[in-house]
Amino acid sequence: MIARLSAPGHIAAIRFGLGPRPDQPPPAEPEAWLLAQLRSFPPAAGPDLAACAAVYYRPLDGNEEAQNALRVALLRQESLAWAERVLTTEAPFAERLVAFWANHFTVSRRRGGIAPFIGHYEREAIRPHILGRFEDLLLAAIRHPAMLLYLDNTNSVGPNSPAGRNRRRGLNENLARELLELHTLTPRAGYGEEDVRALAALLSGWSIGRGAAFQEPDGFFFRPGAHEPGRKILLGRSFPEGEEGGIEALRFLARHPATLGQLAFRLARHFAGDDPPPALIRRLEHSLLETQGDLGEAARLLITAPEAWQPPLSKFRSPLDYVIAVLRALGMGAEAAQPLLAGSFFLDQFLWNAPAPNGWPDTAAEWVAPEQLMRRIDWAHAWAGRAAAAGRVQAQALAELTLGPLLPAETATAIRRAGSQREALAILFGCPEFHRR
Amino acid sequence: MTHLPRLARRSFLLGLTAAVTVGRARLAVADAPGEARFIVIILRGALDGLAAVQPYGEAGLHDLRGPLALPEPGQEGGLLDLGGFFGLHPALAHLHAMFAAGEALAIHAVAGHWRSRSHFDAQDFLESGEDRRLDSGWLNRALAALPEGRGEVRQGLAVGVGVPLLLRGPVKVSSYAPPGQPPVPADLLSLLAGLHAQDPLTAAAFREGLRARGFSAAALAGSEPPPGNRNAFAALAGAAGRLLSRPDGPRVAAMELGGWDTHFAQPARLPPVLRELDQGLAALKEALGAAWAHTAVLLATEFGRTVRVNGTQGTDHGTAGVAFVLGGAVAGGRVLGTWPGLSDLFENRDLAPTTDLRAVAKALLAGHLRLPPAAVAQAFPGSEQIAPMQGLLRG
Repeated sequence: MIARLSAPGHIAAIRFGLGPRPDQPPPAEPEAWLLAQLRSFPPAAGPDLAACAAVYYRPLDGNEEAQNALRVALLRQESLAWAERVLTTEAPFAERLVAFWANHFTVSRRRGGIAPFIGHYEREAIRPHILGRFEDLLLAAIRHPAMLLYLDNTNSVGPNSPAGRNRRRGLNENLARELLELHTLTPRAGYGEEDVRALAALLSGWSIGRGAAFQEPDGFFFRPGAHEPGRKILLGRSFPEGEEGGIEALRFLARHPATLGQLAFRLARHFAGDDPPPALIRRLEHSLLETQGDLGEAARLLITAPEAWQPPLSKFRSPLDYVIAVLRALGMGAEAAQPLLAGSFFLDQFLWNAPAPNGWPDTAAEWVAPEQLMRRIDWAHAWAGRAAAAGRVQAQALAELTLGPLLPAETATAIRRAGSQREALAILFGCPEFHRR
Repeated sequence: MTHLPRLARRSFLLGLTAAVTVGRARLAVADAPGEARFIVIILRGALDGLAAVQPYGEAGLHDLRGPLALPEPGQEGGLLDLGGFFGLHPALAHLHAMFAAGEALAIHAVAGHWRSRSHFDAQDFLESGEDRRLDSGWLNRALAALPEGRGEVRQGLAVGVGVPLLLRGPVKVSSYAPPGQPPVPADLLSLLAGLHAQDPLTAAAFREGLRARGFSAAALAGSEPPPGNRNAFAALAGAAGRLLSRPDGPRVAAMELGGWDTHFAQPARLPPVLRELDQGLAALKEALGAAWAHTAVLLATEFGRTVRVNGTQGTDHGTAGVAFVLGGAVAGGRVLGTWPGLSDLFENRDLAPTTDLRAVAKALLAGHLRLPPAAVAQAFPGSEQIAPMQGLLRG
């Protein structure tokens, strides 16, 4: 059974954070530790948009083989940097928020070709805005090449625009539809097909530039010739023609009470259980409405919300969360970046590979599956073997580090009685509590 | 093609030593000159020495052990006789044949030089040869005293989960693991299934996951082998034997086999592991071929188990237990050691230790590998008062 002891240091480290490391034990002052991460957390460096675009477009010199190699190298560099960051970060709560918002605005390498942009997207469109206003996050995410490509907006052409009339091309509604359904209002807000069409028309012409070689920018590029002319009516409101119309529409959607209510629910669900307490949802919603979508304020509210601290271990770790927690517990760093990615693949949550625009699930019902559990044991048993062979860890000390008072006596006894370090570590990583945060 | 083309080719082309891993069993090999082969098999988790070599002639055995005591030799399901007082567990039929051929001996009431009942401490001490944590093992330090072998033999190859402490140290040994994830032992899955059994979220999925992988209730209880993992140890032991049989192959190896920690249901859980060991020993002998004549194998565990049966038909961590020495170089067919009896137990619970495991190991290093006294002393520092045991080896 799940222990229900108070363990604020451990809850801070495993629910808000990514799991303790031997060099990052659960904090003595959990609130202060979490709040400090919101005051400052480091930016993430990496290749710039020009470098991403250079491997996205067909090579000007026709050397596709060389470009393929560059594309693979860029994705590898971004993936390994991501893995090293989550393994070693001293601001794991901030990294969790980055991952949360990146999942809210999912882009996926399953959409061929966009992979080189995903690392940049997460570092430059999501990360800088996780504590800002939601409308700024929304605009940054939607206007990034990764999203414009992922949801097919780069070729969306207003039917009455010059390009539409010349080439008989039309709107692609994909981005507009997901924007309303997933990123902002959700269907409960009661919009109609005409609103989807209107938003698609507002976003027509939102495309990406081909870089300096074509005298175009890297990244977002508004193509007036593809933009549907005229004002558009979205949810009964009129928005002007041009790039500004789309921006206004996105800001309007970002501030919409239905949007903020949905954000409140998702934040509460991520930190306070799959069926989050309504009172917490209401307080988050109220805060987001009052502050016009201040995400930093929402994060601070979560830290101080009693519901986010009780009961402990009410969230089931996603596979990626699980892999990260095990490797952090073992004190692994950059050397485990590649194994982390391999583990995420083995457990069916390969980095940046969400199956659909609604992202990875955030509830236990979606992840607790027989083979998922078996594979976790397989994977953890292999790592337990490596760690025991390396002789650097003691299972009982790791149990104290990672679960402490949350470890039930029965599990503690099993770990103490295990016939080898390897078995003891496998019990720790396989016990019900380690699958939770 | 041999059965082990990859391992053999890699190891010998590179002139390297190797370690092999399959499942819960692991092998590391190192190179030493001469014809003598020396293999140490660590039985991790504490083998119940009184179950493996049962003193059926001891009065009071049935009172102390209850359901753990097996029938005397000749009866149905009875022991395999070792000379009128001791009997070998019936799951060790191949080992018994080696006894009959004069190629195996048991040493009873053996214990290490420590008195810890912690698996982790005791295994560390067993491997380091000291009663404190060292970062090298006694077998490696013994090798360090040997003259350098051919060319690159002391370079290492690390593949898979690594080298046990026993073989870690200044002499580089390499390791190898076959591709793929090693299977999770059935007893570990059984334990985890127990921890998940009351969990509202995971219990059903965990059960179904095991069922989908073909685990029956009997496999989880350890009374039948887990599916798809009939005997990884035998495969590994065969690999070790083939490597060590080659004239230019390594001479020293360390292997391990877990699954001995029988706190509950020992009558059901111990025989499959004993059988796994027994089949491995047979595979090792067969693969060594002619080299078996020059081989000594030491089987050691970190401590014995309590004499009395506990409340869950099992045994808890104890003190003295049994060690085995086998191979063509061994003057076998006997049970050695000073039998302390069961009337006066160590701390009123354990078999009293009468032989220091270091006496056995030192005898094999000195008499079988023919290491000079300085090298033996380096392997077991501070053991001057422990004389090598006499009479283990032929000629």
